[in-house]
Amino acid sequence: MITPTETANAPVQRVPIVEMRNIQVAFGGVRAVAGVTIDLYPGEVVGVVGGNGAGKTTLMRTLSGARPPDSGQILVNGQPATIANPRDAKALGIETIYQTLALADNLDAPANVFLGRELTGGGSLNDAAMESATRKVIGRLNPNFKNFKSPVLRLSGGQRQAVAIARAIHFNARALIMDEPTAALGPAETAQVHALIRQLKSEGIGIFLVSHDIHDVFDLSERISVMYHGRLVGTVNKNDVTTDEVLGMIILGKPPTKLTSQELAGLHG
Amino acid sequence: MGVSVPGEVTKEGQPAPPIRSFVDALRSALAPVTGALRPLEVDTRLLGMVAALAVIWIAFDIISGGTFLSARNLWNLSVQSASIGIMATGMVLIIVSRNIDLSVGSMLGFLGYSMAMLQAVWIPQSLGLGFEQPFTWIVTLLVGIVLGAAIGGLQGFIVAFGGVPSFIVTLGGLLIWRGLIFRYAQGQTIAPLDTTFQMLGGGTVGTRVGALGEWPSWALGAVICVAIVLLQVAARRRRRRYGFPVRPMWAEVLVGTVTCGVVLGTVWVANSYPLPPNVAEQVAAARGIPVPPGGIPTGVAFPVVIMLVVTLVVTFLATRRRFGRYVYAIGGNPDAAALAGINVRRTIMLTFALMGSLAAVSAAVQTARLDAAVTNLGVQNELDVISAAVIGGTSFAGGIGTVPGAILGAVVMQSLRSGMVLLLVDSPTQDIVVGIVLVAAVGLDTLFRRRVS
Repeated sequence: MITPTETANAPVQRVPIVEMRNIQVAFGGVRAVAGVTIDLYPGEVVGVVGGNGAGKTTLMRTLSGARPPDSGQILVNGQPATIANPRDAKALGIETIYQTLALADNLDAPANVFLGRELTGGGSLNDAAMESATRKVIGRLNPNFKNFKSPVLRLSGGQRQAVAIARAIHFNARALIMDEPTAALGPAETAQVHALIRQLKSEGIGIFLVSHDIHDVFDLSERISVMYHGRLVGTVNKNDVTTDEVLGMIILGKPPTKLTSQELAGLHG
Repeated sequence: MGVSVPGEVTKEGQPAPPIRSFVDALRSALAPVTGALRPLEVDTRLLGMVAALAVIWIAFDIISGGTFLSARNLWNLSVQSASIGIMATGMVLIIVSRNIDLSVGSMLGFLGYSMAMLQAVWIPQSLGLGFEQPFTWIVTLLVGIVLGAAIGGLQGFIVAFGGVPSFIVTLGGLLIWRGLIFRYAQGQTIAPLDTTFQMLGGGTVGTRVGALGEWPSWALGAVICVAIVLLQVAARRRRRRYGFPVRPMWAEVLVGTVTCGVVLGTVWVANSYPLPPNVAEQVAAARGIPVPPGGIPTGVAFPVVIMLVVTLVVTFLATRRRFGRYVYAIGGNPDAAALAGINVRRTIMLTFALMGSLAAVSAAVQTARLDAAVTNLGVQNELDVISAAVIGGTSFAGGIGTVPGAILGAVVMQSLRSGMVLLLVDSPTQDIVVGIVLVAAVGLDTLFRRRVS
């Protein structure tokens, strides 16, 4: 819980919403995540970047409960937390928008938004209440959304994205994991998602933004954590680095201080 | 939103052009009909099935010279459909969650045999409680249902927690449960059964008839009609309260009238079938009245009443409870279901446990009807049950299928078989026809669905 003094004080004294310490995940003999430490403060966007197979998604999946870590510690609001499954993560206020969206295509939007957290009354599902709540939350994201009764299979990419986002923000999330939220979207929809991220940030929600797109990350994040072959190259303040330096971290796996100007020049070769 | 998604129709597996143009022609021919039906908000696929059933019935009636649509034949058809229909409701949930249960026929045999032993040997002799106790039938039925849930649940446990494909687990079950019957029964038939238990099969014993009789049948019909109207009113009120659009009043009235008409029509047919003359004489004598000129109406058979209750219960589970929502979510996207925090394994196990208890109910109906448990009870029932679910619109891709659809599927299957028996078609030819219908029904449905999405 955030106490009034904490929100009023300087950022230095604030407690991170999420701290992940020395997280390790191995698939067979492959170390997908090798001792990564990373944190997230309220009202902050932390970009998590790295090449394919760098371990970004695997790291985030340990936080969302999809794949518990082999070792390491997760603290939520400064308290050690056990996240063994997605239910635990949600109970702690950690919501995830997966790259695949993780929608049940055969169900309609309200059923997807409330999946696993259905509203009931009188011993049965209260579909009308769920539809009503879904209309409100999706209306906030996309006023043109009308299809509340069709299976989400029939919706456009942007509308499906809206359903996935609605599911993450409806339940008063404190921390949000967004895995490539704009990868499948056109320019207009991407702009909408960016506006939403800024709005959520202003509401004090912390966001881990996993992305391939370095410009998106620079646009939206305060800090950027770079991963390379399962380990954390470093976390940098956006204002202290150039895009080239971050690119160097991603491609060469070295912190900016160890990058030579020759190597940086080579990035554009 | 600015991005238009191009039609996904052309992405995978284009149907061959002649078939496609045929389907397109059919669709455009039906377009005015489907357009007119839109305000009714009814399932057009279900209506398509009703239409197909009507065609089958009328065709058989014409060929058989009016025998097929006689009250007697329809009454028998309803009883024959019941046992497969009961199990098909559970099979829908199994297939929707991307599994299969091949063991239902063998489970039915094993459970039928166990229930027969319980009422004919264990309760009266082993426990020394004697034959024909008033509680025998219900104890037997409940023990059967619990045993069914246990063995179905065991199979489900191995599927869900052991990670063994359901096809393999239930193929094993098909062999094991049947093998157990032969081992214990040594080829013996267990008979006779408790006379009250026999009523579950819809037959007659002396003056007792396994059907509701005239006025209780009308009462049942009336109760169902009142329930339908009340449900409609409640749903309408709820949508109003949240400010959602409701369907036009004329559509509401039409849907209510047609559904109630079907219910009351069914009761009327069941009441138009008189008891056999010798039974009627005994019944009349017992009541101290002469046999009326039109005979004594039989009414809705108990197996059909049981099927109705099972359909209501399973439909409620499937559409109004979290359990059902999770079954459909798992079928639509198992990963998404797990990421949403759904206990996928427990849900899968429960679908198999439900299937086992429904096999027990069907076993009660079948043994009661035969007044015996035989070693080959339920052989090949798995094929009929799976066919009923699939003809009723359940998709093997998962996530799609309805309980009422499966009941209709069971009636379609049984209509084909019963009609062909009436026309003296031999059994191998029956199998060939049913096989062709199965493949054709699913093939057509797939084509239609592909064009729609």
